[in-house]
Amino acid sequence: MKKLRLAIFLFTISTAIYSQDDLLDILEDETPETTSENIVTSTFKGTRILNGHSVENRKDKELEFIISHRFGAINLGFDELFGLDQSNIRMALEYGLTDNLTIGLGRSSFEKTFDSFLKYSLFKQKKGANSFPVAVSLFGSIAAKTQDEAFPVLERSFSENLSYVGQVLIARKFSQSLSLQITPTYIHRNTVRDIADPHDIFALGFGGRVKLSNRVSLNSEYYWAFDQSESINARNSLAFGVDIETGGHVFQLILSNAITMIEKSFIAENTGDFFGGDIHFGFNISRTF
Amino acid sequence: MKSILTLLCCFFCVAISHSQDRYLTKSGAINFYSKAPMEDITADNNQVLSIVDAATGKMAISILMKSFLFEKALMQEHFNENYVESDKYPKATFKGDILNFDDISETKTKKQVKGILTIHGVSNEITIDANFTKTDEAILVDGNFIIEIDQYNIKIPAVVAKNIAKKIKVSFDFNHKPYKK
Repeated sequence: MKKLRLAIFLFTISTAIYSQDDLLDILEDETPETTSENIVTSTFKGTRILNGHSVENRKDKELEFIISHRFGAINLGFDELFGLDQSNIRMALEYGLTDNLTIGLGRSSFEKTFDSFLKYSLFKQKKGANSFPVAVSLFGSIAAKTQDEAFPVLERSFSENLSYVGQVLIARKFSQSLSLQITPTYIHRNTVRDIADPHDIFALGFGGRVKLSNRVSLNSEYYWAFDQSESINARNSLAFGVDIETGGHVFQLILSNAITMIEKSFIAENTGDFFGGDIHFGFNISRTF
Repeated sequence: MKSILTLLCCFFCVAISHSQDRYLTKSGAINFYSKAPMEDITADNNQVLSIVDAATGKMAISILMKSFLFEKALMQEHFNENYVESDKYPKATFKGDILNFDDISETKTKKQVKGILTIHGVSNEITIDANFTKTDEAILVDGNFIIEIDQYNIKIPAVVAKNIAKKIKVSFDFNHKPYKK
């Protein structure tokens, strides 16, 4: 009898102990380690920081239509409505061949230039067990200038009008609100204006964003070119801007000393002096389908 | 010696009975559906963890927000970045009691589950209707309910108000198997 009582007592106690451990704690223990949750996403909102590319790619089978505008320099004054009378436009279609590979085709009104690019996401930033500190994408583009030289009048072949850009985009999302990118860049131009100008240009890009809210971020970008074209007194490009995201659109409002929107132009052939007031207002609008 | 044997026997019995009391799934399905004038948005998560304690009638569910799969990658990105803020609040959880749990059987019966649902760091008490079926080797639970997203401090900006419904229909389907540690 005594033993039975003891048995019942023990049974009750052990049940009591058992029911104390929380069911949610058990689920916590049973949660499998998955890798996909450890990939850091949304380092930047768009595929551009401002002028240049960010590490972000379009996802599989997503088509993005991007319209970019850069107006004339603000210091042109009231007569040119602070640059708004002049306008450069680039229209582009960019498509995700896979989650990691994006192809793009664009056409800029500046020098009637066609450009095409491929961007491949090589490494993702990861946290957790298999952590990796940065995201790395590779970017390569070819641009063809189709506008004839007005002075002196020159007939150039198609290949003479080509230029190439290769970039390694390295970015890290430090926190929810801060992401930074550095971008080693190599540019080759088949033709240069002056014999003293370099065909090959190395540059290093710095870009970043600070999130102001879930849908708005403040971005800036600087490209430091190690080789400059003396004949046009080329300068490094600097840009500040704001990203505003609404559903399938990203709007970027930009202030930059560059008036062009493709790498070989704004890195290698930019002539604006930001602190001299050659600031161009512009925007990128992207719509994802 | 005999008493020690009894004791051991007791513990053993307890352990056995307990391992049979709990039923767990790691591949529960949850779907949500937002019906708005501009578009319908739906997402599936087939990696939901759920556990039922058949001895006490308690139930707990754990949902990894990043495991929701959407039709469009951009929707998924916005869901995680802008709405549920998955980096800050990686999981949604539910913990509650199945009311009148004793009489569930092999025939499907409708029961109420009352408990605390936590999404986006906000906890609300809710009562959900769910269908329960208990066999020897499984407890099946399915049903659906409506979530009002502003109760969970998830804000919808005016520009997308026509794309995202304020009331989201959530469907669930869990096939719990006996849980052994």
